[in-house]
Amino acid sequence: MEISLRVNGAASTHDVEPRTLLVHHLRETLGLTGTNVGCDTSSCGACTVLLDGLSVKSCTVLAAQADGSEVTTIEGLAHPDGTLHTVQEAFREHHGLQCGYCTPGMVMAAVSFLDDHPAPTEREVREGIEGNLCRCTGYHNIVKSVLAAAGVLDDTPGPISRPTPIAGATP
Amino acid sequence: MIPAPFELVRASSAAEAVALLTEHGDDAKLLAGGHSLLPLMKLRLATPAVLVDVGRIDDLSYVRDEGAEIAIGALTRHHLVEHDPLLIEHVTLLAHATSQVGDRQVRHRGTVGGALAHGDPASDLPAVALALGATLVAEGPEGRRQIAADDFFTGFLDTALADDELLVEIRFPKATGAGWSFQKFTRRSMDWAIVGVAAVHAPGGDTGVGLVNMDSRPVRAAAVEAAVTSGAGAAAAADQAADGVEPPEDANASVEFRQHLARVLVRRALDEAGVGA
Repeated sequence: MEISLRVNGAASTHDVEPRTLLVHHLRETLGLTGTNVGCDTSSCGACTVLLDGLSVKSCTVLAAQADGSEVTTIEGLAHPDGTLHTVQEAFREHHGLQCGYCTPGMVMAAVSFLDDHPAPTEREVREGIEGNLCRCTGYHNIVKSVLAAAGVLDDTPGPISRPTPIAGATP
Repeated sequence: MIPAPFELVRASSAAEAVALLTEHGDDAKLLAGGHSLLPLMKLRLATPAVLVDVGRIDDLSYVRDEGAEIAIGALTRHHLVEHDPLLIEHVTLLAHATSQVGDRQVRHRGTVGGALAHGDPASDLPAVALALGATLVAEGPEGRRQIAADDFFTGFLDTALADDELLVEIRFPKATGAGWSFQKFTRRSMDWAIVGVAAVHAPGGDTGVGLVNMDSRPVRAAAVEAAVTSGAGAAAAADQAADGVEPPEDANASVEFRQHLARVLVRRALDEAGVGA
């Protein structure tokens, strides 16, 4: 069946099998391999893209269900001159990744989350990205990155993170 | 993983969906948000020959104040339900429980009607529909009929809907100001509940308690409701949370663990809903 999408602003029309999943259409037909397939069971969030502005797991959406819609993938976030999106820049600045596999999905989930929560608390961030798993367990810097992207990161070192010098410890 | 091949047909109205269901019989399954059905199809646990896509029937997405009840279109997505001002005010338990379904991405796609029509005992919303005494409206070739939530969930992934019927609306009695609680025990935040409890308690009125994942179909904790009605306190009533139900055993929990969780979670739910000690 024929489907038409606008992906990252560009219109495309293709003939697809009804069973084609959106993530496979993006990766294999359109060559947009930034969107990863992780668990393939709608648990991990690696395949998160924006469908008409809302985050979805593209391994659990048929390409045919997206017919007529606007899709944004990680490739479509940066500005045309190459300047990174605020969320991408925050992940770069705060090292919000380790192996990087979950990163495209994390960034897309964060973009959608911040649309609804422009000034989130740390707890709201953690709950807001609960649908995205990082198998490196690098959540600390991911959360920090999302808070930084929202401009609400309190980067002041707390009392625990600053070691207290012990008198006489240094000769 | 991709589903087995199928034919996809689109319905642009409830009447057209019913006509397509009538035409294709039990070869056909309805596709709404797809977040229950597509995972089953990818695992080849479901292999329907025809999918009737009802996801574009926009006039089945609404929340309306209809006097003593709030009517919700079956295709209203979870993220709209959880933030709807009418539901937050009058059917708070539903709005809150919906905010606990899956994760944000799932709630952007999944629909209230799809979650109920799937008839999954591990799903959150059937327990809420039972606790609140919702009415489900089905449309078929002969027109519309109303089904009480108590009569709707007939077995594992099975409901009172006929093969040629479409769930079009869910009607919730207003529970404005009533005490309520939704308890969900999971190992990971976005998982299905190992056991869940939906409770509503109107002081001097009815008490409804629905259980998640405590039988082969969504069920009420009828013994608990009867105990509260006859004057029992929260602790004594909660002791009966696992009475009369047959919880499943699986990789997540034994029967005994589920029975224990049900008693603990019902106790917490009754306390939070304002059933006195």
